[in-house]
Amino acid sequence: MSTTPVLEVKHLVKHFPLTSRGILMKKQVGVVHAVDDISFTVNKGETFGLVGESGCGKTSTARAILYLDPPTSGEIYFEGKEVGEVFKSKDKEAILHLRQKIQYVFQNPYASLDPRMTVADIIMEPLVIHAHVPKEKWHDRLYELLRLVGLEEYHAERYPHEFSGGQRQRICIARALAVEPDLLIADEPVASLDVSVRAQILNLLQELQNKFKITYLYISHDLSTVRHICHRVAVMYLGKFVEIAETDDLFETPLHPYTQALLSSIPIPDPDAKTKRIMLPGEVPSPINPPAGCRFEPRCVLGKEHKCVHAAPELIDVGGGHFVACEGAQKR
Amino acid sequence: MANELLRIENLKTYFYTWAGVVKAVDGVSLKINEGETLGLVGESGSGKSVTALSILGIVPIPGKIIGGKILYRGENLLDKKENEMQKIRGKEIAYIFQDPATSLNPVFNIASQLVEVIRQHQNVTKREALEKAIELLRVVEIPDPEVKIWNYPHQLSGGMKQRMAVARALSCQPNLLLADEPTTALDVTIQAQILDLLKNLKQKLGMAMVLITHDMGVVAGVADRITVLYAGRVCESASTRTIFYNPMHPYTRALLEAVPSLALRREKLKVIPGAIPNLIEPPSGCRFHPRCEYAKEGVCTLKVPELEELEPDHYVACVRAQEIEAKSPLRNESK
Repeated sequence: MSTTPVLEVKHLVKHFPLTSRGILMKKQVGVVHAVDDISFTVNKGETFGLVGESGCGKTSTARAILYLDPPTSGEIYFEGKEVGEVFKSKDKEAILHLRQKIQYVFQNPYASLDPRMTVADIIMEPLVIHAHVPKEKWHDRLYELLRLVGLEEYHAERYPHEFSGGQRQRICIARALAVEPDLLIADEPVASLDVSVRAQILNLLQELQNKFKITYLYISHDLSTVRHICHRVAVMYLGKFVEIAETDDLFETPLHPYTQALLSSIPIPDPDAKTKRIMLPGEVPSPINPPAGCRFEPRCVLGKEHKCVHAAPELIDVGGGHFVACEGAQKR
Repeated sequence: MANELLRIENLKTYFYTWAGVVKAVDGVSLKINEGETLGLVGESGSGKSVTALSILGIVPIPGKIIGGKILYRGENLLDKKENEMQKIRGKEIAYIFQDPATSLNPVFNIASQLVEVIRQHQNVTKREALEKAIELLRVVEIPDPEVKIWNYPHQLSGGMKQRMAVARALSCQPNLLLADEPTTALDVTIQAQILDLLKNLKQKLGMAMVLITHDMGVVAGVADRITVLYAGRVCESASTRTIFYNPMHPYTRALLEAVPSLALRREKLKVIPGAIPNLIEPPSGCRFHPRCEYAKEGVCTLKVPELEELEPDHYVACVRAQEIEAKSPLRNESK
């Protein structure tokens, strides 16, 4: 694996305004702090995992990177170019090029395929839009893609409702790969699939990465699939990163108290496994009004110090590419 | 402990749709002892929920129970009249649904939903019922129950809603609790809280529980016995330890191997080829044979395997279970 960065995110912030409906005008009554100042780089050919519970800002991050929801502030560099500038320049060709190189696989394959299009139309649509392949080769490309994701040629004329969840996700992956992307954002690609089918899709993603050297940004709340597929992982809590590390490092020596609790609460398929479960008290606070200091402070099991309540901890390198945003954890 | 509470014999629940008859549950047999937790495991469409709904006689239209017996303390629930069943639902057997967001009524506050259940089955005044309800919220560890009881479901988080649903299910101290994927809609840290709560309450109240789930990790920590379902039939039924360390049905093995493990990082996951069969026209013979690596032409394709007791208290529905045992890859891996 090389260390050329494909994607660099610097101080990304995404706030959603919260409005109340007045008689004439909307009034802004607050903001949802979906993503609050996160920075990370994804290197070429690696799978970078973004982990966290629902509402922590994983999907908001991904959508901000693609400019589906433009970020409130911060910079996103894709292959050296600032994504925001490209979109603001209104240069259609540059935007199209960017959209071609970053592709997205959505969480729910039941909602992300147009029910009125055949599989052939769905997979060829990106070819029509980006037109990087001559027209007479579209059908060859279609069949090549179908074979690549483990579908048959006769599936091309069918409609999405004729397929199972796993097959639909294969179609989504084929559609994303049609334009030869460099970065594939996979947003919970296996969350809605059954266990036996989940393994098929995870293996497919790995095979495709080995074959085409695609970089993945893999978003999930399921730590066991993350452990399986990712090279590096960032753990998110309430819009902020609490820990970034190599996968093995993170799973073997988690430093942040939230990561520790998260890992300990995964049920292990082994009746004899004796793990000490760290029970987190309470629930995730509202992102409209997050805690002022460390966002994890109200649920933290470590000793509460004065500074935890007042100052947000910075991500600090503790060696070997392992970053953690907790002063108490660094001391140990 | 070994007193039998519920026994299902050869239950068949079919759904009559315009496309054909969906054999959602096709000959399921299982038993639950008093005070025991049974894990009902299977993928979507395997008939887990329909089995549980059949027990309470609340199979949605166009579903119909067309055969079998459901014996609760020796009485067949399928012979009961509707008004007799109403006395059993909620009081003897309670149900927790998968999604707390849809199983609580959005237009009533928690208090009235709990009081309704309590007054349905117990002869108490409104005031007494309310006191009981607050007490229940305390049991399910909800902070400030006196305040939270007047909340409406939308004012509560997912974990809190599921706690409310648990409180409602426990309100009449049922002997059997059917928990249908109670943690699937929740986050892992909240899932851990709810599972812990169910485990503690079960011990405290001494009730039996059926835990329906697709997550092998969840049952490993909670269940005493496990029944594995596939495409509307039972594959294997045994104690939790036996299922995990000595599974005899190829499907159980494949299911265990397909789960990515936290401890072990394998280069490639083992895959079960294909997808879950269509239940309108299920495969002939053993329903798992098109996806089974041990399937034998002329044997598995023709003969419907019966659930047989191959070891004491270890039931397996596979014709070739004993032949293929020696080849099991899991044997070496397990302790």
